[in-house]
Amino acid sequence: MADSKKVATREAYGSALKEFGKKYDIVVLDADLSKSTKTDSFKKTYPDRFVNVGIAEANMMSTAAGIASCGKTVFASSFAIFAAGRAFEQVRNSICYANLNVKIGATHAGISVGEDGGSHQAIEDISLMRSIPNMTVINPADSVEARAAVEAAILHDGPVYLRFGRLATPVIYDAENYTFELGKGKQLRDGSDVAIIATGLMVPEALEAADTLAQEGIQARVIDIHTIKPIDKDIIIKAAKETSFIVTAEEHSIIGGLGSAVAEVLCENAPAKLVRIGVQDEFGRSGDPYVLLKEYGLSAENLVRQVKANL
Amino acid sequence: MDEKQKNMLELVAYKIRRHVLEGVFSAGCGHPGGSLSIADILAVLYFDEMHVDPQNPAWADRDRFVLSKGHCAPALYGALAEKGFIPVEDLKTLRKADSYLQGHPDMRKIPGVDMSTGSLGQGICCANGMAIAAKLDQKSYRVYTILGDGELEEGQVWEAAMFAAHHKLDNLTAFIDLNLLQIDGDVRDVMNPMPVDEKFMSFGWNVICVDAHDLTALRGALDQAKACTGKPTVVICKSIKGKGVSFMENEAAWHGMAPNQEQYEKAIAEIDAKINQLSATIA
Repeated sequence: MADSKKVATREAYGSALKEFGKKYDIVVLDADLSKSTKTDSFKKTYPDRFVNVGIAEANMMSTAAGIASCGKTVFASSFAIFAAGRAFEQVRNSICYANLNVKIGATHAGISVGEDGGSHQAIEDISLMRSIPNMTVINPADSVEARAAVEAAILHDGPVYLRFGRLATPVIYDAENYTFELGKGKQLRDGSDVAIIATGLMVPEALEAADTLAQEGIQARVIDIHTIKPIDKDIIIKAAKETSFIVTAEEHSIIGGLGSAVAEVLCENAPAKLVRIGVQDEFGRSGDPYVLLKEYGLSAENLVRQVKANL
Repeated sequence: MDEKQKNMLELVAYKIRRHVLEGVFSAGCGHPGGSLSIADILAVLYFDEMHVDPQNPAWADRDRFVLSKGHCAPALYGALAEKGFIPVEDLKTLRKADSYLQGHPDMRKIPGVDMSTGSLGQGICCANGMAIAAKLDQKSYRVYTILGDGELEEGQVWEAAMFAAHHKLDNLTAFIDLNLLQIDGDVRDVMNPMPVDEKFMSFGWNVICVDAHDLTALRGALDQAKACTGKPTVVICKSIKGKGVSFMENEAAWHGMAPNQEQYEKAIAEIDAKINQLSATIA
């Protein structure tokens, strides 16, 4: 993947808002982070449909609910740590309890935030968001999937949490042929020795790991789970039955995220050996994003190591 | 407003109070004190101000109401029943497992409820959202919300106060039910929000102070709010918690407690006497 094109999913979020702002009557809210969340391009193009709430994420979520209650589709944008963390209860009560059409565009998720450090690296947001009734949770693997996820969120009736990254990451999908189906995982590579079920920036890492493993005669199935809730049970159960074990890979705590969601499906439907790759119940810290990803085990190398150690 | 209209609104307010007592007594729990203190505001809003249609609760151009102090749902349900949004006989199902009348307002279950509330501080932000949606769509509907004075201790209220003034939401009118009591006692002892008027003034709001139980004054405040452009209006309503039931008035204990049989009968007798008296003036 080293020489492939790289684009941050937050960039795709910003350009998708601008693109779909023409087609759909959406309103975009931001909390003084429009240059970082990339909603600024929408702001410049559709100033009448952009509202800056200032540094007040709790207020933003409840305000978004009020706007949505009047029949509008609203995007509320901030860093994942504030959108899902600070404003959790506003997301729960103002948005999800009322089942309103608010789409939360949460950027700067995970430790790949890098230099800003642990205070700004959301590793609990998937866990928090997927526990709320009515909420849909999407974590796209690349910029192509991110763009499609934005439109899918607009077309979905109800609250959606969209998780985007700050870091430019490999583009794995072909924009021309890509189709997004909410709640359906994508099997990117077949294999029967192990299934790597990944989400977000760990999908390209999983593909790279599969390449390496193939050279050593290990056939790894790779599945991209972009919709963490509702999760694609069928693709997980099938993988459990057709391979000898499952590895989950996510840039999130191993508690409550994709690894937990997959474990829930496996335990109730098709018990299988499971190894969860993710942040191991610890905070992140400052540093170069790729250095951090490597040190926290969020790399193709670690996936290869874990597969071989557990095969 | 003439004497007859004033008496009619006061009668509505007392009927709302009767519904509050019946609902809370039937549920065996709930929040009578603050529900009784906002009955007059609700009567003026639903019977002399807001453009709403009980036959079409989702009417896109209706005025909106958000009960930011959502725990006073029994009063809102009383007003909605009097207005014809929900059957009066349903009110005694309040808080029961097989009822749609939730402990706190639920817009997905109850016709006429414009926003689900209950978590303090969030309702006023939702009202801001509705007001800004009206501006975005160039619609003329107005948005009303009622907050408690204890609710002003929530930081989110002041985020909303800043937002409404910044965005010049002159189609928003917020009422503060200043009954001076919260669960743990006098608001000035628990976490003093005073001076409320100066705070809102400094945040850039049009501030009006009235007696929460003076219907003519409430009417006047609404007229002043509509006449004010470029600013949101806050109507600070000095009220009596438990208003209309002698032994509940100004007693913090009645914030969240249901009356027993004897207390209920005494309270209903007081309210009914008032209802009979007001009915006579109208007839």
